[in-house]
Amino acid sequence: MFSNIFKTAGAATVAAFGFASHALAVDLEFYFPVAVGGAAADTIEHLTAEYVAANPGVNIEAIYAGSYSDAGQKALTAARGGNPPQISVLLSTQMFTLIDEDVIVPFDDFVSEEDKVSWIGGFYPSFMENSQTGGKTYGIPFQRSTPVLYWNKAAFAEAGLNPDVAPANWDEMVEFAMKLTKKDANGDVTQWGVRIPSAGFPYWLFQGLSTPAGAILANADGNKVNFNGPKVVEALEYLVALSADHGVMQPGSIEWGTTPKAFFEGETAMMWTTTGNLTNVRNNAPFDFGVAMLPAKERRGAPTGGGNFYLFKDSSDEQKQAAVDFVKWITAPEQAAVWSIATGYVAPSPAAWETEEMKAYTADFPPALVARDQLEFAVAELSTYENGKVTQAFNDALAAAIAGETSAKEALDEAQAKAERILKPYQ
Amino acid sequence: MTPAMILLITFTHYPAIQTIINSFFSTARGRRKSVFIGWDNYQTLLQDDVFWKVLINNFWYAVWTIPLSIVLSLAMALWVNDKLKGRGFLRMAYFTPTVLPLIAVANIWLFFYTPGFGLIDQIRGLFGLAEQNWMGSPDTALYAMIAVAIWKEAGFFMIFYLAALQTISPTLREAASIEGASKFYYFHRVLFPLLMPTTLFVSINAVINSFRLVDHIFVMTEGGPNNASSLLLFYIYKVAFDYWDTAYAATLTVVMIALLIFLAIGQFFFFDRRVHYK
Repeated sequence: MFSNIFKTAGAATVAAFGFASHALAVDLEFYFPVAVGGAAADTIEHLTAEYVAANPGVNIEAIYAGSYSDAGQKALTAARGGNPPQISVLLSTQMFTLIDEDVIVPFDDFVSEEDKVSWIGGFYPSFMENSQTGGKTYGIPFQRSTPVLYWNKAAFAEAGLNPDVAPANWDEMVEFAMKLTKKDANGDVTQWGVRIPSAGFPYWLFQGLSTPAGAILANADGNKVNFNGPKVVEALEYLVALSADHGVMQPGSIEWGTTPKAFFEGETAMMWTTTGNLTNVRNNAPFDFGVAMLPAKERRGAPTGGGNFYLFKDSSDEQKQAAVDFVKWITAPEQAAVWSIATGYVAPSPAAWETEEMKAYTADFPPALVARDQLEFAVAELSTYENGKVTQAFNDALAAAIAGETSAKEALDEAQAKAERILKPYQ
Repeated sequence: MTPAMILLITFTHYPAIQTIINSFFSTARGRRKSVFIGWDNYQTLLQDDVFWKVLINNFWYAVWTIPLSIVLSLAMALWVNDKLKGRGFLRMAYFTPTVLPLIAVANIWLFFYTPGFGLIDQIRGLFGLAEQNWMGSPDTALYAMIAVAIWKEAGFFMIFYLAALQTISPTLREAASIEGASKFYYFHRVLFPLLMPTTLFVSINAVINSFRLVDHIFVMTEGGPNNASSLLLFYIYKVAFDYWDTAYAATLTVVMIALLIFLAIGQFFFFDRRVHYK
């Protein structure tokens, strides 16, 4: 008797929910990674809830998926199992891998011609380099960053340098760093001039050298690399010389995680790291600090970094349309401003910087503008097909040269040969 | 028997056989289906210099961690088995590294090794020694990882030795001392042979751990610089989940399983004649 009632009630509920989800609300799953601290997760969940409250037709489940690499693995595993999220924020460098795996679709089919100009055309072009290929847009910039130079004004003053002026070019950086390097009575260094972290993924900050030198490491189709051009070799030789010849940077590979701490402790007077650390440095540096664009050689230049929105293939058109609408909303200027202020990520469109919130924020904290201004000179982060393997070959070469195991030229020639072998099927 | 077999087949035999099968196929990519390619993956493996490098690294990792952690754990067990003040505290102190997750341990050691303001360099600084980039130099990175692994597992093995020591009757020691046997003689001829079953168990665990304990590498060096501190299991993870070359990862896994089987069988034969079960 009772079991019958339950069965009937159960069936009615299932029917009701089934009906509701088809006719009334579109269900979406959204994976996001967090690379720096807790504010990011809270902000995404908060923004998502705000959108769902304002749009009863959609139900979005925002799922925190760990680090960038965790999120990439989860999304790809789910897609291979036939149950992908509809949207996900993943590294912009994974675009070619995701295309190769045939798990994402371009945004173009779900965007009106007008929006293509006003929305997709509204982002900084340097962010779109990692987001478009073959004339299609596969990624929408969201959680993006770029590396900048932080300097310790107190240390600059102590070394007799103008505390308000950062090195503008490579020669100045060496010159300043030599003045900033301090040694004790035994000749051991107590304060290094500059610190460019290289452990794990040296290629990213190396692009902050190879780009100013005038080299672009990979083509826009993601199937050709230039790892051993003379300008790339020149950039690597400069990096190696910082430790080996000038003695202004700690030798060997340098940790990322301990870099801000080394800066706070006075271990180094200048450091290169992501703008994502801006809030951290602002809160923890016990001295006045400055933020500047990376120094120039032939030109100014830096890579971009961070994550894009991707649209996954295995879902209904209705879901895809709802997903695109949501992405459009969350990357709109007002939301991008909230997001950028909460996390330190670079707001991806000029319009976002024109909002009242953003203007108030940058008036209070002008260093936040440096990253934006650098975007004009920024280029795509290294990204190719078989990205993991190709980048690893390049990383290994950089690490070998930094460790002094091989010459820059030799190491890069080997990386080029390896990368060409890996990319052969894609050419 | 049946429930056990079902579990064993589902979680051990089937994945192992599937791995071997996968190693003869190419990795599926999008629309390109996985196809049978025979020994191609194994040929790639033979020519993969990173594979050989991690294999050699893993050899040194095993050569250092296995004997050192066993000797250290036995020494610690003998030390805290004696009646001494603060014995409980010492036992706990030795066991603490085992309780901590390896990722947490790695974060602690990260700051020990940090050049300049890390603990080790601060101590070296007191003696006027220059700072050392332990994790950032290819010559020392692997040994830095080995030290963490030994620190981590010695306390765990100590517990087994301690348990074994407490089952040994004190009359043996009394008898030995009446006979005038020296402490070393007693250890060498009585205690150590009686501990042989434990040593076998511990050494098999140490061998497995020398392939398995790689978590700290993710946190500390990511296998760098230039694969100097990369180990076989870490490389398999990278190939599978970073390069997404699952077929090649399966091939590497087959090699690792073969190595482990070979070592386990070898150990049983090697130790069999020396182990006296009661």
